[in-house]
Formats: sequence, structure tokens, C-alpha cells
Amino acid sequence: MATITKSTGKEPLFHIVRRTDMPIWKSWLIRILSVLASLIVCAVIIVLVTGDNPIQIYATMFKGSFGSPRRFWALLQGIAMLLCVSLALTPAFKMRFWNIGGEGQVLMGGLGATACMILFGNKLPAPVVLLLVIVVSILCGAIWGLIPAVFKAFWNTNETLFTLMMNYIAIQIVSYFTYIWSSNKGNNVINTINNDTHAGWLELPSSVDKYGYMLNVLIVAALTIMMYFYLKYSKQGYEISVVGESENTAKYAGINVKKVIIRTMIISGALCGVAGMLLVSGTDHTINPDTAGGRGFTAIMVSWLAKFNPLFMVVTSLLIVFMQKGAIEISTQFGLNSSFSDIITGIIIFFIIGSEFFINYKIQKRAKEVEA
Amino acid sequence: MRKIIAMLLAVLFVCGALAACGGNNNANNNSKTDNKGTADTASTADQKPAATGFKAGFIFLHDENSTYDLNFINAAKAACENLGVECIIKTNIPESNECKEAALDLADQGCGMVFADSFGHEDFMIAAAKECPDVQFCHATGTKAHTEGLDNFHNAFASIYEGRYLAGVAAGLKLNQMIEEGKITAEEAKIGYVGAYTYAEVKSGYTSFFLGARSVCPTATMEVQFTGSWYDETLEKEAATTLINNKCVLLSQHADSMGAPTACENAGVPDVSYNGSTVSSCPNTFIISSRIDWTPYMELAIKAAMNGDKIDADWTGTLATKSVALSEINDKAAAPGTAEKIAEVQKGLEDGSIHVFDTATFTVKGETLTSYKADVDTDEAYTPDTEVISDGYFHESEFRSAPYFDLDIDGITLLNTAF
Repeated sequence: MATITKSTGKEPLFHIVRRTDMPIWKSWLIRILSVLASLIVCAVIIVLVTGDNPIQIYATMFKGSFGSPRRFWALLQGIAMLLCVSLALTPAFKMRFWNIGGEGQVLMGGLGATACMILFGNKLPAPVVLLLVIVVSILCGAIWGLIPAVFKAFWNTNETLFTLMMNYIAIQIVSYFTYIWSSNKGNNVINTINNDTHAGWLELPSSVDKYGYMLNVLIVAALTIMMYFYLKYSKQGYEISVVGESENTAKYAGINVKKVIIRTMIISGALCGVAGMLLVSGTDHTINPDTAGGRGFTAIMVSWLAKFNPLFMVVTSLLIVFMQKGAIEISTQFGLNSSFSDIITGIIIFFIIGSEFFINYKIQKRAKEVEA
Repeated sequence: MRKIIAMLLAVLFVCGALAACGGNNNANNNSKTDNKGTADTASTADQKPAATGFKAGFIFLHDENSTYDLNFINAAKAACENLGVECIIKTNIPESNECKEAALDLADQGCGMVFADSFGHEDFMIAAAKECPDVQFCHATGTKAHTEGLDNFHNAFASIYEGRYLAGVAAGLKLNQMIEEGKITAEEAKIGYVGAYTYAEVKSGYTSFFLGARSVCPTATMEVQFTGSWYDETLEKEAATTLINNKCVLLSQHADSMGAPTACENAGVPDVSYNGSTVSSCPNTFIISSRIDWTPYMELAIKAAMNGDKIDADWTGTLATKSVALSEINDKAAAPGTAEKIAEVQKGLEDGSIHVFDTATFTVKGETLTSYKADVDTDEAYTPDTEVISDGYFHESEFRSAPYFDLDIDGITLLNTAF
């Protein structure tokens, strides 16, 4: 470290200054270094706490995602699902509408799909059922997003609490229907729906898609690109940014703020509905209150870390899903409790968030010589 | 900026060196534990290969923090150690497509037998079994194997109602002791029971427990409170407290948290636990606990998979196979003579002179049953399909391993049936 020189002024030794001039390559270098630094801290903790070899642990985590074609596809599927929910939350976040109700919106979308598959599975032709599944699940998600938006637009209710509470209502509704539709009386488990006919299943023939995730991945890839252009180049996307920056500015500019809030939350909810549909109709073919698997909350982090940029979100969701898959693998291979990988994930994310501070601000030392 | 990078690099090198040292220490530690023979049974990259080269894979819904899963994890480790096979355990696998993913991944890793422990895993295990015909897939608590017709998918359960009945005998003796000591009158001998769902597995469990208690304490009655969750400590504690406030003088439970035992210990109410002993947390109130010991089944399944033998589509463990186990009796809370009485009743159960669901010992709406059709072959409408009463008793776990006793017998009051 540099030596500290004495000074005469009352200026503090360090102060924080906002920086605006950092080139992109430099900011990414800092991010990469912070990830490396976090891995080192994690390594020290691994050695101190478990006595295991950190290099081996990292290698094992890597294998958890890339160890076999099946695992790689499972990784892609995990990314697709988390990314889909993150994409859904992003327009709302950009508008500074804190939609933390993704979990509930996904579940309601999934429930819509489940209902169509169970109620119409044997009554209507399979393509019609699939169409209904798509429409109804998007509608259910959209409605679950619309309700808090209307309350926010007209009565200025707190959307954070509102959307959070809507999650619990959705979980209870799903739990009620899993009881109603449970395959063994009272056991709260719905067996695979339409296992014989595959009515309402969103799938490609297994000759094309061996692991069954290709369609989900393609759909979410398309959504990612669409969301990127929607936010960056469309008029509606611009309106969202303006409302997010300042509602008053938006009003003076002649933007109908109420309309933007409601429209954006319908989009947000509808995309969560798509995620619910992909989970129920595309992979699980059943539902339980755990189907969303906390993605509604994890997605908040994915979206924030990527600064609401859909393309960066691919990277942040990759990071998180990679960590989750690695977690299962190290708990299997090393007998470590899965909480341990939560600790590692926490440390890494702490470093990434910390690096944003150094990218946006610099700590300036007091000048050596007091200016006249 | 350059300084910061330099600093980071310096830290990096120092830590790198530390990490390397740590790695070496670790290698030493491992060899030490290997010598002692106490190495973790979970497979590690540097652990010596198992004697037989066979791998067994296990999928568990939660991890060791759940009493239900812990019971399975212990059994899996014991079975693999006894047979000298490698044990690969995946914990926290939800009842979704991730279960199929995990099962196929275990098959990819070369497991010859894959086991899953949660009811909701069943359909995903069946899907995996169809994709991998060479691997044996075993599923605890499921109902479909006997109708599915797959050679490599199997269900298993145990006649845990016999264990519950024996635990009920211990409860009945405790009630008798309380009556004799004048703490309660004979009419006040009311048991409380915390149940998860109104599912046959739970109904079979509390009914057999109650019949065991009433076989020694004829005036016993019971109230059941459901929680709507297999694991919710707060709800289970609340349900237990409700029952205690309703003047239940002894409690038992079928839910997986410490909620009910803790509430009992706090209120000084005797408790018959489930899934394993809770004596360390409840030294004054814990009487006895019944549980399924999965080790015999897992050993059987692994051995059969190794030798290419057939595994029963639907296997029921019994007292005789040592699948139904009772914990140690806590003399501090149990009535004197409990061990002797249990041994006597157990003998009766094993030689067939006592039947848990003897139709002479219970009535439904005042009537003694002579015929009952149960929903043994699972279907959406819960169609009753199999006659299960003959020779004067209800044949539980004989037509399939998972329980199907779902009668509401007289003497038991259900406080809430929302779940």
C-alpha cells in the first residue's frame, strides 16, 4: 500500500466519488476479478470448515452441470426456467414496480395449465387442449399480475406487500386444488396428468429432442431476444423507462402512467404464466405448491445483477443455476449438507454485488497537497 | 487501478498457497479416516472403491434435518456398508421432473439400483424405469407397481400398523397407570393425535395406535387434529397444544417435525413418538416410538439387482423381516411392565393369534363390519375394488404394501377434516 502522507486540511482521509468514465472492458475485468476473489475466499472457508480440497469441490461442481449430456441439458432447462421468470419481472422492475409476486404468478399460470389438462384432457382433441393450456395459463398469470397493478394505479397501494401477499394466496389455492385433484384420496399428490394420451403436453417428438427440454429452451431464447428489443427499442419500452425514472416527468410528457403500470404488469404476469405453463405442461405434467421452486424470488436477483438487461440475464441465471446444480453434486460427492453450497453462493453473490460498488464509485484519497 | 489489481493478485497468490496446503492436509485426513474405517459412506473421488463395484443410488426429498428422510438416509448407509457397495445419495430432490432427472443421472453413473423415498416421486420413477430397463427402480410408499406391469419398477412399504399397535399398547398401559394413580378417571382417558393428512396411511396409523391403546385400556377415546402438511413444526405444535387444551392426557403424532413432542414436553404430557426416539429432547415425556427400518428392504433390493434376481413388484416388510422397529422404552415416562406386555403382544401378532384390525374390536357407525371394499388399485375416482375383510379381520397391507385402511371407527373424533 502507498504511504499515507500527513495533511493539514479537514478533508476526510477517504471519500467516495461517483465515476462515470470507466470503460466497459475495465468494468468487466473488475467483475471477473471479483468472482475469482470470491472463489478464493470460498476456498479458504472450504478448507477451514470441511477440510476438503477446494479444487476438487470446484471440479465436482463443474461436473454437476457439464458431467454428461443429460446434465448439460438439465442445466439449459434450469437456466431457461429461471430466465423466463426473470424476463417476466424485468419490465416491472424497470418501471420501479417491485413485483415480488413472481412465485404466485408462475403458480397461477401452472394451475391454469393443470386445470385445462385435467378438465379437458379426455374431452377435447389434443391440439385444442394444448391451445387452451397456452391461453389459459397466460391469462391466469396476467390476472395475478393485473390485480396488484390496478390497486397501485388507482389507489397507490404498496405493490411490494401486495404482490408478496398474492404469492401466499396462490400457494394456498394450488394446495387446495392438489387436494381436490389428488390421485390417492387425501394424499395431496397429483399423478402425471394424461400420461397415456399426452393431451396438453408441450413437447417435441423424442427423436428430435432426446432429453425433453429443447422446446422450453427455444421458447425462452426467443422470449429473451423479444424482451431485449421490447425494452430497448419499442415505444412501450421507452415509456416504462420514463415512468421508472420519474412518474412526474412521465405525466408532463403526456404518458398515461396508470395505463403503463397496468399494461406492464399484465406483460409481467403473462410471462410468469408462460413459465408456469412450461413447468407444468412442458416438463412436470403435474403441479404442487412447490412447482415454482422459489424461482419467483431468485429471479429478482437474476434481474438485478444483470441490471435489467435481458442478454446479461442469460449470464446471471447461468451462474445461479450452475451453483444450484453444483450444490446437489457436492452434497452427493462430499456428503456436505446443501446449506454449504448456499454459503458459497452467498459469498460469490456478495462479491459480485460488491464489485458493482467499485465500478460505480471510486474511493478517493485526500489529495497529498492542499490546494491553495 | 493498477495498485488494486496488484493487491488482488497478491491476495490471490497468498490464498492460493494456503489452499494448496489445505489440500495436502485434507489428503492426510482422508487416509486417516480410511484406516479407521469410519469414512463417510457417501462416495468421494478419492475414497477406495467399494468391494463389489456395485453402485446403489438414493433419492431423498429432504436431507437429514427431516426425521422422515434421516430414517431413510441411515438405512441406505447401513445397507450399503453391510453389502460393501458404493452408495450415492442425492438429497433435496423435489417431487417434480427433477426426480426423473436425478434417477436417470444415477443410472448414468452406473447405479444398478435406484431408490426414492417420497410418495410424489412415484410417477417420475416410473418414467425413469421405462427409459432404463436395465436398472432396478425401487420406490417407498407408492401404490402403482402392482398394476403398472414393469419388470424394473417396485414398491415397498412395511406393516407399520403393527408397530403403531404395539406403541399403542404402551400408551394404553400409561393411561391405566394414570387412572390407577387417580390422576384421571377412567372416562377421562382421552388420547390426542396430530396427523398430517386424511390419507389412508395416516388413518391406518392412528387407528392401529388407538386399537392398541384400547386393547389394554377399554375406556380410551381419541381426538385427531390434522395439519395439512408432512412437515410444519409450528402447525404441529399448535395442533398438539389444541389437543392438550381439549384435555387429551396422552399424545402421539404422524408428522415429521419435533412440533408435537416439544409441545408435550413443555406441558408435561406423555408422548408416543414416530420415526425414531425423541428421548434426548423430551426426557420426561417420551414413552416409545415406532418406525420403519428400511435397511432389510434396501439390502434385499441391492442383492437382487446385483445377482439379477427378481424383486417383488410390491414388498411389505413385517415384524418378522425386522422392517417394523420399536425404539427403546423410556422408563421415566412409560408405565411399569410395558416391555413385558409389548413382548407378549408382539408374539401374538407374529403367530397370528392377534390381528390389529380384528373386526370384533371396533365398530363403524355402531355396526360391526363383515365386508369392506378398499381402493387398492389406484384410479382417479378412488373406486373400491378389493374385498379386504375376511376371517374376521381387515387385511391391511396384504393386497398391496401401502396402507389402504381408511375407515373412520367409533371412539375416534376427527377435529378437522379439511385436509
